[in-house]
Amino acid sequence: MAKELLSGNEAIARGAYEAGITFASAYPGTPSTEILENIIRYKDVIHAQWGANEKTAMEEALGASFTGARALVAMKHVGLNVAADPFFSASYIGATGALVIISADDPGMHSSQNEQDNRHYAVAAKMPVLEPADSQEARDMVLEAVKISETFDTPVLIRMTTRTCHSRSAVELGERQTPPEPEYKSDFLKRNLLPGNARKRHAAVEERLKKLALFSDTFSHNIISKGKERIGVLASGVSYQYGREVFPDAWFLKLALPYPFPVNLFRRFADLVDKIYVLEENDPIIETFARLATPQKEIIGKDVFPLLGEMSQDTIRASLGLKDMTPRHDGATIPGRPPSLCAGCPHTAFFYNLGVLKVQSRGDIGCYTLGALRPLSAMDTCVDMGASITVLLGIEKALEKAGKTIKQVAVIGDSTFFHSGITGLVDIIYNHGKSTVVILDNSITAMTGHQENPGSGKTLMGQEARRIDIAKLVRDGLGLEHTYEVDGYDVKAIRELLKRELLREEPSVIVIRRPCVLLYRKAKWSPMSVDKEKCTSCKVCLRLGCPAISSDSDDKSLINEALCTGCGVCAQVCAFKAISFADDKGPHINSVSLESFLTGGQQ
Amino acid sequence: MKTKSILICGVGGQGILTASDLLSDVLLLAGFQVKKSEVHGMSQRGGDVISTVRYGDQVFSPLPALKEIDYILAFEKLEALRNINYLSEKGKILVNDFEWQPLPVAAGLEKYPADTIEQLQKLAAELVVIPATRLANELGNEKVSNVILIGLLASRMDIDKKLWLEVVAKKVPPRFIDLNLKAFECGYNFKP
Repeated sequence: MAKELLSGNEAIARGAYEAGITFASAYPGTPSTEILENIIRYKDVIHAQWGANEKTAMEEALGASFTGARALVAMKHVGLNVAADPFFSASYIGATGALVIISADDPGMHSSQNEQDNRHYAVAAKMPVLEPADSQEARDMVLEAVKISETFDTPVLIRMTTRTCHSRSAVELGERQTPPEPEYKSDFLKRNLLPGNARKRHAAVEERLKKLALFSDTFSHNIISKGKERIGVLASGVSYQYGREVFPDAWFLKLALPYPFPVNLFRRFADLVDKIYVLEENDPIIETFARLATPQKEIIGKDVFPLLGEMSQDTIRASLGLKDMTPRHDGATIPGRPPSLCAGCPHTAFFYNLGVLKVQSRGDIGCYTLGALRPLSAMDTCVDMGASITVLLGIEKALEKAGKTIKQVAVIGDSTFFHSGITGLVDIIYNHGKSTVVILDNSITAMTGHQENPGSGKTLMGQEARRIDIAKLVRDGLGLEHTYEVDGYDVKAIRELLKRELLREEPSVIVIRRPCVLLYRKAKWSPMSVDKEKCTSCKVCLRLGCPAISSDSDDKSLINEALCTGCGVCAQVCAFKAISFADDKGPHINSVSLESFLTGGQQ
Repeated sequence: MKTKSILICGVGGQGILTASDLLSDVLLLAGFQVKKSEVHGMSQRGGDVISTVRYGDQVFSPLPALKEIDYILAFEKLEALRNINYLSEKGKILVNDFEWQPLPVAAGLEKYPADTIEQLQKLAAELVVIPATRLANELGNEKVSNVILIGLLASRMDIDKKLWLEVVAKKVPPRFIDLNLKAFECGYNFKP
């Protein structure tokens, strides 16, 4: 078969296709998002869908497995925290059709709030975990996971990391296996985890783990490769690749199935060498098992290699004093290039207003987290998905007990609100909260690259879907009468609403609506322009943090016409009427009606 | 053969990942083992973007080591400087003569170094400055600056030109093939 250069995520999708997976679900999150986006290339044979969150996605995959269908669910590492409840139950229940769970960990936190090592979850749930070292193995491990899952009656975790997800290497493609015909048959003792049943299932899990440990010793992808010196390297995941560059003459034991740890295989390996370096990303997991297996052996692991950040050949060399890491340039004079809200972003006017009103926001996870950065600097907390609303309530209640109040709002995006904001809002309403929740509804999951969500009106498979109207859900569903909608480009209307709702002694919700500006990527809008005569160099427009606005050599504001989308927000904040449309006739992005967009006017 | 490596850098939205895909496909077609790395996520929102390609007889790590890179292909001047620590002592820099102010600079909080090109000159074994953005605009579409830069890189590498043209034609949408082939030639034939 042909060889293709695939990213690890594309290879997972390809593996799913070849392994006869017929159901796939996920909630988008870097670095895992492209797995499902690539699986829909095979949508004639695989049903793929975005869940509202990782928990719903995992439960749906488990349900699919109940029918004998082969199912896959993918998420970023912190997503598994959300899905931890069904994850642990699934371990007891086992798998009728294969259940493959992908966790994409993010060592180095390129786009995450922590760098947890999700192999711990496999150990805690007594479930096998596979760890591919490149794209070929990413494809291979999905096929192996399906086999292991159905042979041992267990869900299987595949732990990817940023570099296995987002690096490309050659993959040999294969044919698709014919999947089993799905059929729902009741299995009360296994699937109804009443305590009486669950106790028996726990015993089965312990038995399964013993069998898997023996299997791990003989697993064809746990490989010893011969070296020239009596130095050993025990490695898993992409760290194996780094190790091969640093130790060309060493013996290697590469573990694609690190847990259950292959104790007997490892002991045989240990006898071949005098000392062993252990290379793995994040925590000392295989290292801990290795130390237990051979207490007398010299083992070099996280006592020398860093626990923080990504591994690389340089990290290994630097840790061992093998490389001079003195930089060629100290970098002090190089200004940073932090990400920012886009030119024309419909969140900008809101964050600018928070600055004007001197209100800090309790933030959440999405593009709008960038409202925390200079010059907007309007968000001082960001904890996890949905925590904007609940943290807000906790702060309010703790201060209230001491007779104090604080000016604060919660800020959450549409997708994050569907993910886990609704329950927090229920808490506010139920517990007599008085604060204001701002929902920035841009109709798409933008940060991860524009995935559809329950508010988008489309599914992952491209089907039309009923669009859940957030304001209606809150006003009519939760009964919160103080629910208001406002246009994201209307600076004054947003400010007036915020002022009013901050004073209200009752809870309220403001839905700020305007589609993500990048959805209009192909459109050409008339940009804004600055009248240099009128511009007083007050620099108020620069406080918007719009990437299209800078200063010219005379210190007057300057608009980059190539970037400007003509949203008109800068014109509204200019007290000297120095900014206006370059062409009055348009077309102007802010004159496109929201409704026309939401009913399919996407360009 | 010893593993070689190329680093492509610039600002999100400049077509860096397409360029590194193109390069890796050519190298695969030329019979090398290829590994490519890239960064996604937050960096797509106007942040800096890096993609690296390593190739040779047998390549293990997808990531380059510091002071190892043979070529830096920079879509923006400051980004070449930002990644200079990856460049080997004998490494060369091909840089787009293009300045894109980072937001802190545009907002007046920091300064863009005026001597970026001079600094690069001192640190590179060879520096080629090409006005790829201007040339792309002259061809009628700023977006093809990435293919112009790939063309320039191709002119320095010992790989059959036919392979490059084949991959460019395969990689872009049919109605843009002619434009992209022109862009490739423009970079390939560029004389500093």
